[in-house]
Amino acid sequence: MRLTKAMELTDEDARPRLAPHVRLTYSAARKEYALLSPETIWVINATGAAIVELCDAQRTIAEISAELRDRYDQVAESDVRSFVANLVTKHGMEVNHGKALRTAR
Amino acid sequence: MEKPYGLLAELTYACPLQCAYCSNPLELDAYRDELSTEDWQRVFAEAAELGVLQLHLSGGEPLQRHDIVELVQCATDLGLYTNLITSGLGLSTRRAEQLLAAGLDHIQLSIQADEAALNDQIAGTTSFERKQVAAQLVKQLGWPLTLNVVLHRQNIDRIGGILDMAVAMNADRVELANTQYAGWAGHNRDELLPTRDQLERAEAVVRAARERLGDTMEIIYVIPDYYSKYPKPCMDGWASRQFTVVPNGEALPCPAAHELGRALDLPPANVREHSLEWIWESAPLFQQYRGDAWMPDPCRSCDRKEIDFGGCRCQAFALTGDAARTDPVCHLSPDHGIVEDAVAAANDPLRPQESSLTPRSKLIRTKKRTTASTRAMSATTLVQFSETILKGRQ
Repeated sequence: MRLTKAMELTDEDARPRLAPHVRLTYSAARKEYALLSPETIWVINATGAAIVELCDAQRTIAEISAELRDRYDQVAESDVRSFVANLVTKHGMEVNHGKALRTAR
Repeated sequence: MEKPYGLLAELTYACPLQCAYCSNPLELDAYRDELSTEDWQRVFAEAAELGVLQLHLSGGEPLQRHDIVELVQCATDLGLYTNLITSGLGLSTRRAEQLLAAGLDHIQLSIQADEAALNDQIAGTTSFERKQVAAQLVKQLGWPLTLNVVLHRQNIDRIGGILDMAVAMNADRVELANTQYAGWAGHNRDELLPTRDQLERAEAVVRAARERLGDTMEIIYVIPDYYSKYPKPCMDGWASRQFTVVPNGEALPCPAAHELGRALDLPPANVREHSLEWIWESAPLFQQYRGDAWMPDPCRSCDRKEIDFGGCRCQAFALTGDAARTDPVCHLSPDHGIVEDAVAAANDPLRPQESSLTPRSKLIRTKKRTTASTRAMSATTLVQFSETILKGRQ
């Protein structure tokens, strides 16, 4: 199982997760969600945070979108895909290609 | 007014290294009276309340503080992202395990070169082997590893070897940033500034490495701003998104602003006397260059003023004596000749070969130390501030 950070999200089996140096937080002081890494902070909205919470290297983009559809009215899989792809390009996320793999992290 | 996202806590200026490229101030003795554990804990709590999300623990060597684990624990409890910027000296297995348990998110390990002799010569102390051990330890404990290498005239030709070393260490990220000429590095600038040929070779090596390594290792490469057309967007603007607190409690809008406030006769903004909220919102030093009302031309009428904010106030001050001038690095600056002269001197084929670097002086911690004070604790590691880059809302 190879973990790659490349933007190969056309792969149906692509299963994203946060890069090891990145952490999701909600700041009560700022009233906003953010992804934290050593040099970069990505401020994201609540929908973005909901996507990130489902990015566990187990779920595919399609599965993440399906779960979000249970919670939100309109979820376009292409939006989820581009949100993830954007973070992958910026080294904020990694993608696990292939079958779901139970890994303790 | 935006709330700050990042705090750089320079916990102490004591350091076992003596790198001549250190950005710490020349007057190290003025910062001996360090904040206590309780002071820092209060500062972190006030920072979190103010909206800070990211805490960089640096120095000097932050591991020289015996309360480092306590401080990390406090920051973790406050929900802050903690980033330790260290030389690796003082990172014993036990200490590392304690830091991990305290919730430390990330470690940036500095290294000076890819081989012991040059590394130890630049660092002014035998440290290469210990840094290798520290790198292994970071990976063993499951942290991502970011390797920081400050580049300059004396090690930039080793960039290929440095990248190979980073790969061998399984580094996740490597930062190859040319020196910023503040503090000791400012004093040593002429010996640190690389030649144009050196930079071209280095860039070719970085390009090839990026191609070869793909996404397995992130390579961040920063050229010296003396060779760029426009200045760096220092701090994303003065007192805009981040700030620094130095060992004696003074808060600074830029980590190189030690002298600037005094030169302008502004009252120091010290966390011992003021809340961080007051400092951020009202301290004269923080207000001084906030926004763009202070800007002279060519900045004032420049369409890049929202991109680079006029460059670095501290660099303008260091080079021209007036912090309100356009950063002389900018090719549009009326003072650009100062930078051109330095670049010309660096590229002068007739300049003497021998270098005369002044190593950062030793600062020995005397306060609140009982056991360690018999050992000579000298000076520095890099305190290159990691730029906080805020991407737009997704």
